[in-house]
Order: sequence, then structure tokens, then C-alpha cells
Amino acid sequence: FLSSSQMWCASICPASLPPFIVPLRMCMTNCPTLIVTVGLPARGKTYISKKLTRYLNWIGVPTKEFNVGQYRRDCVKIYKSFEFFRPDNEEGLKIRKQCASAALNDVQQYLGEEGGQVAVFDATNTTRERRETIVRFAEQNGYKVFFVESVCEDPDVIAENIVQVKLGSPDYTDCNTDEAIEDFMKRIKCYENSYQTLDEDLDRELSFIKIIDVGRRYLVNRVLDHIQSRIVYYLMNIHITPRSIYLCRHGESDLNVKGRIGGDSGLSLRGKEFARYLAKFIQDQNIKDLKVWTSQMKRTIQTAEALSVPYEQWKALNEIDAGVCEEMMYEEIQENYPLEFALRDQDKYRYRYPKGESYEDLVQRLEPVIMELERQENVLVICHQAVMRCLLAYFLDKSADELPYLKCPLHTVLKLTPVAYGCKVESISLNVDAVNTHRDKPEVGPHCTAWGPVSSNMRSVPVLSATCTLGLELLSRRISDRWLLNRGDILKPVRLDLFPHFVFPAE
Amino acid sequence: MNTYSFFNVTMASSPRELTQNPLKKIWVPCKNGLPDRHISQRRVCMTNCPTLIVTVGLPARGKTYISKKLTRYLNWIGVPTKEFNVGQYRRKCVKTYKSFEFFRPDNEEGLKIRRQCALAALGDVQRYLRDEGGQVAVFDATNTTRERRGTIMSFAQQNGYKVFFVESVCEDPDVIAENIVQVKLSSPDYIHCDTDKAVEDFMKRIKCYENSYEPLDEILDGGLSFIKIMDVGRRYLVNRVQDHIQSRIVYYLMNIHITPRSIYLCRHGESDLNVKGRIGGDSGLSVRGKEFAECLGKFIRDQSINELKVWTSQMKRTIQTAEALSVPYEQWKALNEIDAGVCEEMTYEEIQENYPLEFALRDQDKYRYRYPKGESYEDLVQRLEPVIMELERQENVLVICHQAVMRCLLAYFLDKPAEELPYLKCPLHTVLKLTPVAYGCKIEYISLNVEAVDTHRAKPEVGTFRVSSGMLNLSWCLQASHLW
Repeated sequence: FLSSSQMWCASICPASLPPFIVPLRMCMTNCPTLIVTVGLPARGKTYISKKLTRYLNWIGVPTKEFNVGQYRRDCVKIYKSFEFFRPDNEEGLKIRKQCASAALNDVQQYLGEEGGQVAVFDATNTTRERRETIVRFAEQNGYKVFFVESVCEDPDVIAENIVQVKLGSPDYTDCNTDEAIEDFMKRIKCYENSYQTLDEDLDRELSFIKIIDVGRRYLVNRVLDHIQSRIVYYLMNIHITPRSIYLCRHGESDLNVKGRIGGDSGLSLRGKEFARYLAKFIQDQNIKDLKVWTSQMKRTIQTAEALSVPYEQWKALNEIDAGVCEEMMYEEIQENYPLEFALRDQDKYRYRYPKGESYEDLVQRLEPVIMELERQENVLVICHQAVMRCLLAYFLDKSADELPYLKCPLHTVLKLTPVAYGCKVESISLNVDAVNTHRDKPEVGPHCTAWGPVSSNMRSVPVLSATCTLGLELLSRRISDRWLLNRGDILKPVRLDLFPHFVFPAE
Repeated sequence: MNTYSFFNVTMASSPRELTQNPLKKIWVPCKNGLPDRHISQRRVCMTNCPTLIVTVGLPARGKTYISKKLTRYLNWIGVPTKEFNVGQYRRKCVKTYKSFEFFRPDNEEGLKIRRQCALAALGDVQRYLRDEGGQVAVFDATNTTRERRGTIMSFAQQNGYKVFFVESVCEDPDVIAENIVQVKLSSPDYIHCDTDKAVEDFMKRIKCYENSYEPLDEILDGGLSFIKIMDVGRRYLVNRVQDHIQSRIVYYLMNIHITPRSIYLCRHGESDLNVKGRIGGDSGLSVRGKEFAECLGKFIRDQSINELKVWTSQMKRTIQTAEALSVPYEQWKALNEIDAGVCEEMTYEEIQENYPLEFALRDQDKYRYRYPKGESYEDLVQRLEPVIMELERQENVLVICHQAVMRCLLAYFLDKPAEELPYLKCPLHTVLKLTPVAYGCKIEYISLNVEAVDTHRAKPEVGTFRVSSGMLNLSWCLQASHLW
């Protein structure tokens, strides 16, 4: 059964529940964390909130951001002018306070009932008084608090911020550019007089990071635990310099052509053609200081070789290890490992190949790649289908359920350019034919059968019915191929292929 | 979706063929079957120009502790690093230390000698980074004046090094007192002094620096790259991190602490495959292995360790071992044993029989050798780095792991180089207790007195492998492989 901490626990007999299974993510944090932004308007608080939320979710820490400005927009349907934010505007103050409270209530719900682990409270929080309120709220609820302040006085940065994200805001849809800028600058002024920046002495008991001048300098105080340490490391590696990231797979390989997964084969003729076209494409793009990364598998390196530029090989970019299924065709897997085949379709993200990896494992091994991609500027990453799906999911904020089904066809380059709070994606096909290696998520229902989707000569595979409770339990143990325990008994290996009669339901 | 059309594609010269280095299983471009050019051994993303790390701070602020620890960490992750302690140069030059008077700011003779020592150290830095393949040099001295730091900056600029300052600021008298007790009293400077005299002299030594101390300032030194560590990690100021290695250094420094604690390392109990002499796999514990697990449980209880965390791999044998402790534990996939690829579950004799070349290559360079479709020790270190980082953050931890994994972790704590790492002795049924002390680690071997097979293979003497007539080009392969 699925424990409250998202870990499958074995239990043939529920009474013998092992109480000592520690969820894998334990070292992340035991009590929830409340991240609180601090700073004047247009200092990148929402940018940071959204980015941090995206990163934490990707590495498997359930996180959600709560933007108080959104609550205000929901409450005050139409934004009139900066006057709403004047410090002497009683009505405005009242509404803003209510919105902050509403947001905190939702935080409480998220962290308490919805399984959230981190909540990002995105607002100006510029006064010590407001921050104290939040700290008390956190204390009552048993949350750890970590403040993230952004301080910046560079007028160019602020102006660019306004252009990128404020002009397009719902607040200014009916304004022309000059009016909008003028109003926004007055809005900032409303906060300036009462702004109490986080201070090394006055706030020395708090845990925080103060980001100065978009990362030129950082002040870090009292990092309490692992998750705060990871947050600090992440925030210190991101930047806002415009750049593009190019993702593509290796050219079509010999094993691709044979419909076999994994392995370490070389490029087919069409794959080599793609490599040449990729070289021309890259040349034409005229990218400044482009770095090229590949995996350590022959097919990505062969592809990079055609570019005639230096490239770096990362073992971390190697394709997902299919373990015992390496170099098999999907039909062969279905034939030889029908249970594995079915399990994978049941939960493709967490499913680990026997003696292999899962997408979940991939994300963990790709984290240093993502960290370095954040540090870098223009990069071309030549990788593999599963790997590219993981990287893409990070940039496009796709959930674990969607990730294994993202479309990453051969011979297509994805150009990602950060813009506003997200990422612009351009998909560029280089017009070289290749096989299609994509398998859609099969249709599954509690009482129906799944049909192998790749080719017509594949047999149908019965899906494990949700009505078969025992099967579901054994199934759940097997999905992540973890050794789970049954207290009061010897360790039971989760070798479901030995007990096929438990797994396939009557239909 | 855009399609990119080509009408005039200039055919580039045909791409180079690839060949796989037999040792590391890395694909490199080649001509006529031989590697085309020397693939730089530079680790992914590490900087091209060398980095000079410069410590800053009054005496007894932990500069040497930080220097040594950082050097150990960087070397372990594969960045050739060396520390240059100016105090050491001074001790070589001025054979006998008399008193703090040497450090008085008005002692002309003393100043001259100290300056010479700093220059001598910088000369060695230059040699290390230019001729000896070094990538990072840690220049460990007080460097408390802007003038001295300016000299170092000029030196670095002339040589094309990036500079990163690491300053330690601390005014907590308890911390300083503990520092003196741990590392100063036993220093060669104070060998012939009694404790009280040594402490008194050292406090006066610190005073000599205080008046001229110019701490790194966010404004005045705004153009420099540095981290200022305040109160042993309570607070950090980080300025202008330039590149990947500096970012990693900052992350590391922000995760270490000096709270006393112990780290316990051991392997799983003897497994069924161990008994059969087979490597790898995912078998359960043998009868003796289970006995060890019980003994381990008792041992841990007797140690009465404060808030012990227990970590295992995701392999059955380590988990079974942890289960006997009846305490919560965390499973790390990163702690899984080295993947022996095609050789999984084979005996060494079978490997030698079926893969004689692989067998020989492994003995040639056991650290870098990667099993076909498997891993190398070098790969292991990379995957264990997050474990080390978390071990640094934690306090009392018991890590139940595997032979190759334990060797890697041990090499980190005991500062063992890559050549020695794969041959470190990590026998079954033995717990290693590591306790940080002074600049290093105290190690206690505790055998739990449960018999087990011996899985250790010592480094074979060169030339002892049998070369049959079918392997005439074996020696060529072996010689050539480590050149690329």
C-alpha cells in the first residue's frame, strides 16, 4: 500500500506492517518548509518562486507557490492604479492583509492535507512586522521558515523586469506602455519607505539568503537542513543572462532501426545524415560560445563528431539502463517479461527495469546536469529519448506522470529560450527521416485490457486489475524493484514472475 | 513545428571513426584504429585555467583546517589540488620558534623572513600548476592585509590563474580556545612548552595581526571572488562566484561543520554470493552474515550513540543487515555496489577465463577500469559525491554498504589517492569508526568476531598474469590503453 509519505510498503498481511521503513526522501525534510520571499516589486521574487518550485518538484519534493498578488487580483477584480498600494490607503491595506491570510490558509491546507512538503509564499513581505506574523504562523504549524530576499538597485535590471513581466500582467492589460511603467514605478515607491531589509544583526536568528544584484553577491544565514542547503546551492547557480538551450537526440542508430532499445550501437546512414545536417544547422544559428555536451554512448558522440567543435562527454547523460531488457524489442520484452511489460505501463515514471533504472533514478542522476545547465549559457545537449524527456520536463515544468510520455522524436532539435516566467520552445525538424521510437501511454481502465501499442503483431497484455488487491500489493512492491520487508519473516524477494497466477486476473 | 530546409548542404569531411578505450570504455575519435588525439583528461566542466584559493583570517580561525579539508575533497572528486601552508615554509626557514615576538609588526627581520616564505610558497604554487598537472592550489596563510592580497592577485594575473578567497571570521572565544587546544598545542612551534605558556604565547601572536587586519569588504573588495565564513558557518557572504569549481567549493564549504561526531562504516553481513566467491549480484545474507547483523545490532546499542542515522544501499544484503538493528534507516541507490556489468555474479576465475583481457586491464589500472556495461571506481566516486556531501552535513551516521563503495568513502576520509583506493582493506564483519580530530581522522577497526570469507584481492605484482599465445598483442593493448 502507498504510505502517507509516498513510499510503497510491503504487506502481504496488513497486520505485519513494517513500522521501520524509512521513506526514501527522508533526508529531505521531516517537517514542512515555508519559503518566504522578501523584496520590493520588480526584484524577481516571482521569477525565483516559480523557478525554485519547478526545480523542487522536478527533484521529487512536492512544492507549490502561493502568490499573494494573485489573491489580490482575485479579490479586487479590476486594478485601477498604484493608489491601491499607498501606505495610507486603509481599504487597500485591509484587502492586502486579508489576501495574505487567505494565502497562508491555503499554505496550511497544502502542507497539512495535500501532501505538500514545501510552500513558497511569494509576496513583498518588506516589513519586519509582516515577517514576524509569518514566523508565528509557521511556528504554530510546525513549519521551518526560510526567507529568500532579492535586493537590487540597478535601474536597467528593474526596467527589463517591468518590460518582461509587468507590462503583460493582468493589472496593465488596458494601459499603454508608458502609463504602465509610470504607474508601476509609483507602486514601487509606496513600499520603499517602510522597507526593512533582512539584517545580519537584527534578523540573525532567522534562516535566510539575501540575493544582491541578481546574484553578484549573497548573504546566507543559518542554513538549518538539507533542503535549505540545496535551495541555497540552486539559487546561487541560476542567472538571468539571455541564452538558449538546444536539446536533441543522437542521430538514428542501428538498434533504433531494428526496433531494439538501449545498447551502444553506432549511427545508421540516416543518423549520419542527421549529424551533418545538425552541424549545418548549428553553424547557421551562429550561436555565441556554444558548449556541446554528449553522453558516453557511441551514438551521441558520433553525432557530435560531425559538428567539428569541442564537446564534453557526460556519463550522467547516458540513456536509461534497461537492465535485463537491454537490446530487446518491445515485442520480445512482452514475450519474455510480460509482467514487467505491464508494470511499466502501469507507472512508467517509477518503474525500474530489473537490474536497470527508472525515470525516477534518471532524474536523480541528471540533477548535476541541470545544475550545470543553469550555470551555463548557450548549450547543445545531444542525448537520448528518456534522458531528453527528463530534461525537457524540468524546463517545461511537466509532472512525473507526463514526463515519460513527452514527445522527443529523432532528428528534431528543441530550442528552449527562457522568457518571462517560463520557457519558449521551438521544435525544429531537420528533415531527415527516422524511425519513430515513441510509445504512447496505453489506455488503461480498472476492468479492461491494455493492448500493446507499438505494432499489430503484439499480443495484448492483461492489465492488473485494481480489483485484485493482492495483485496490486505485489505489483506495487515490484514497480520500484525495491527490497521491501515483511516483518516477522525472512526478506521476501519481489519476484512476481514466480507467482504469475497471482498477477493475472480472471479477465 | 518548424522544418529546416537544406538546399545547399556543404558536405563536411566525413566524421572521424570512433574507437573504444579498452580500459575506461570511453569512445574516442581515431585514425587507423588508434586514438586521433589525446583526449584531455580534464573532468567535465572543470575550469581550464588553474584556480588559486587564498585563505584569509587571523590565527586560529580554521584556515588550515579548511585548506586541508577542501584539498582532500577536491582531490577525491578528481581535481588535482595541493595546499601550500606558509607556516610550514616559515618553520623550515626559522628552525626553532622562540616566541610571538617573531610576529610583531615592528620586527623587521621577522617581516622579511615571512615575506620570503610567502614568495617561496608562491613559487611552488607556480611549479605545481604549470609543471605538475595541478589544477587548484590552496595558498594557506593569514593574508590579512589588502596589500598582501594585492601582491597575490598580481601574481595570479601574471600567471593566468583565477583567484578565490576563503576568509574565516570568528570572535567566539570558546571556538578559538578549542582550536588552540586541538591543533596549536601539538604544533612543532610549541613542542617544548607547557600548555599555559603555549596558550599565552599564541594569544599574543594573534594580537600581532589584529591591528593591521583588513577583513574582506563587500564594497572595497567588491571586485574579488570570495566567500567569508562567519562564526564557523553560522553566516556566509559570497561574492562573485566565477565558475563551476568555485560554485562547488562554496557548496562544500557551506555544508561542513566542526561539531564532534563519528561516522561508522561497514559492509553488509557475508552474503550467499560471497560464500560462493561470486562478485556483485543481489543475494541475501548467509547464516554467518545474519549472525554478524545481530552482533552489529548489539554493538550499536552498546555504543550508545546520540541520534544515530543508519544508511544502507538498495541491495538486499545491506537492508537485511540494517533490519537486525531495529532502528529506522534510509536506503540510498547511490550506495549500491559497483556494477560489474557483464561480469556480474562471476567468480574471478570465470572472469579470467572468459574475459582475459578485461581481467588483465583491471589489474593494470583498477581505479579507472570500467567493466563492460558496468562501472569503474572513478564512476563510483562521482555517484557517491552526494553521499559524502550529506555525510558532511550530518552528525553520527552508520553506513552499511559494500566493498568497493566502502573503499571510496574511506579514501575520502583518510585522504587516500586513486592508486591506493581500490586496494584499501575493507573486510567483512568489521566496523570502521571514523572520528575527525585535529586536521584528519582517527580510525578504529572493530572486528565483530564473526567469521567470514575474505573478498580482498591485493594488487598483483606486475607481470604475474599468464600471457598465452593467443594474447600476443595484450601487452601492447595494456601499454597503450592508459595513454589515452
